[in-house]
Amino acid sequence: MPHDHHDHDDPHALLPPDPALRVRALETLLARKGLIEPAALDEIIDTYQNRIGPRNGAQVVARAWADPAFRAALLEDATPVVADLGFFGRQGEHVVAVENTDEVHNMVVCTLCSCYPWPLLGIPPAWYKSDAYRSRAVREPRKVLAEFGVTLPEDTAVRVWDSTAEVRYLVIPRRPEGTEGMGVDELAKLVTRDSMVGTGLARASGA
Amino acid sequence: MTRVHDMGGRFGDGPVDPGAPDDPVFAEEWHARALAVTLAAGALGQWNLDMSRHARECLSPKDYASLSYFEKWTAALTDLLVDNGVLSADDLRGQGDEGRHALADRALKPGAVAAALAKGGPTDRPFDGEPAFAPGQRVRTLRPAANRLVDGGHTRLPAYAAGAVGTVLRCHGAHVLPDAHAHGLGETPEPLYTVVFPASELWAAPENPRDEVTLDLWQSYLEPA
Repeated sequence: MPHDHHDHDDPHALLPPDPALRVRALETLLARKGLIEPAALDEIIDTYQNRIGPRNGAQVVARAWADPAFRAALLEDATPVVADLGFFGRQGEHVVAVENTDEVHNMVVCTLCSCYPWPLLGIPPAWYKSDAYRSRAVREPRKVLAEFGVTLPEDTAVRVWDSTAEVRYLVIPRRPEGTEGMGVDELAKLVTRDSMVGTGLARASGA
Repeated sequence: MTRVHDMGGRFGDGPVDPGAPDDPVFAEEWHARALAVTLAAGALGQWNLDMSRHARECLSPKDYASLSYFEKWTAALTDLLVDNGVLSADDLRGQGDEGRHALADRALKPGAVAAALAKGGPTDRPFDGEPAFAPGQRVRTLRPAANRLVDGGHTRLPAYAAGAVGTVLRCHGAHVLPDAHAHGLGETPEPLYTVVFPASELWAAPENPRDEVTLDLWQSYLEPA
């Protein structure tokens, strides 16, 4: 069996230790050799800073709440359904939607790295990538939920989805009471990022 | 055998800081640059996603624990660039060749960013044959959780789920096998399953007997139970 040789004269130690200077040094070096174009970096940053974020996922959830046929299709095979709304691509190639009910509360983690549905929720927040969340969400999800201010009934099961492959999970939170008759855009405003990861609940109507 | 990134179930990390809903996407400007440089360098086509994950996992335990998230990205990217011969150690020391790189024609152009991000990298593949397991079937994961092709290599079976018995929830068709793909051993697609495990199968003191954990696991990680 071959071995995974990786000695520790690590190349990265040759760059400046300050993180901002280190990134700049690498960017400058790659740009000087023509391997990256700084304007392409600006375009990537603009995409994830301004164009792709949790409001995409909120549109999906609001439609699932408002339209039973859409909800059924989403739960059956989410990838083509969200692609039809324009949400596809890097870190969202294979999507599964999971629905919270009285019986089960779903919560998503990636214990091995930081897999997250970018086209639906954008770049993951710091807490999702933290050691504390990655290590504890699978073993003590209820204590973690309490740190987010969420307490579930004892008879609601918690199902934690550890994203170990290229399948990305979107939680459909429970629809808040008193939202009958609301349109999709109004409903979408109640859908928070954390509610779509399962560490939060949707906002109460009027809150 | 295990690496420091495989932290599911670990004790001692303290509380989660949930932050605030209006926290900026990138807390620091250099976080954004680190992400963008990593994606743009990936477009040169010299490594795949599994190789870049493995490069982060190959950071020494000391570096993995002490570097912040995007520092890990930058460190792993630097190591990938050198290990794949794109840059030399002299380049990093500021003593390398000047001038245009042989791969410069592959540089990601600003006008190509949207299409590249939209294309992504689907990992589902055609598969001849039937999946070995069906939804509802009980399966046991390998123990120890380890790459069976390359000792100490990349795998997506977390240590906390090694040797555990669960139930297949769903088959996703065949997907590229990270254990091979991270090491240049081809895609060798295999059926991928979501398997659900009772918390009591994984933890000595589960919080609630109703709770469950699901994992996405390749066929070669599993045997009938």
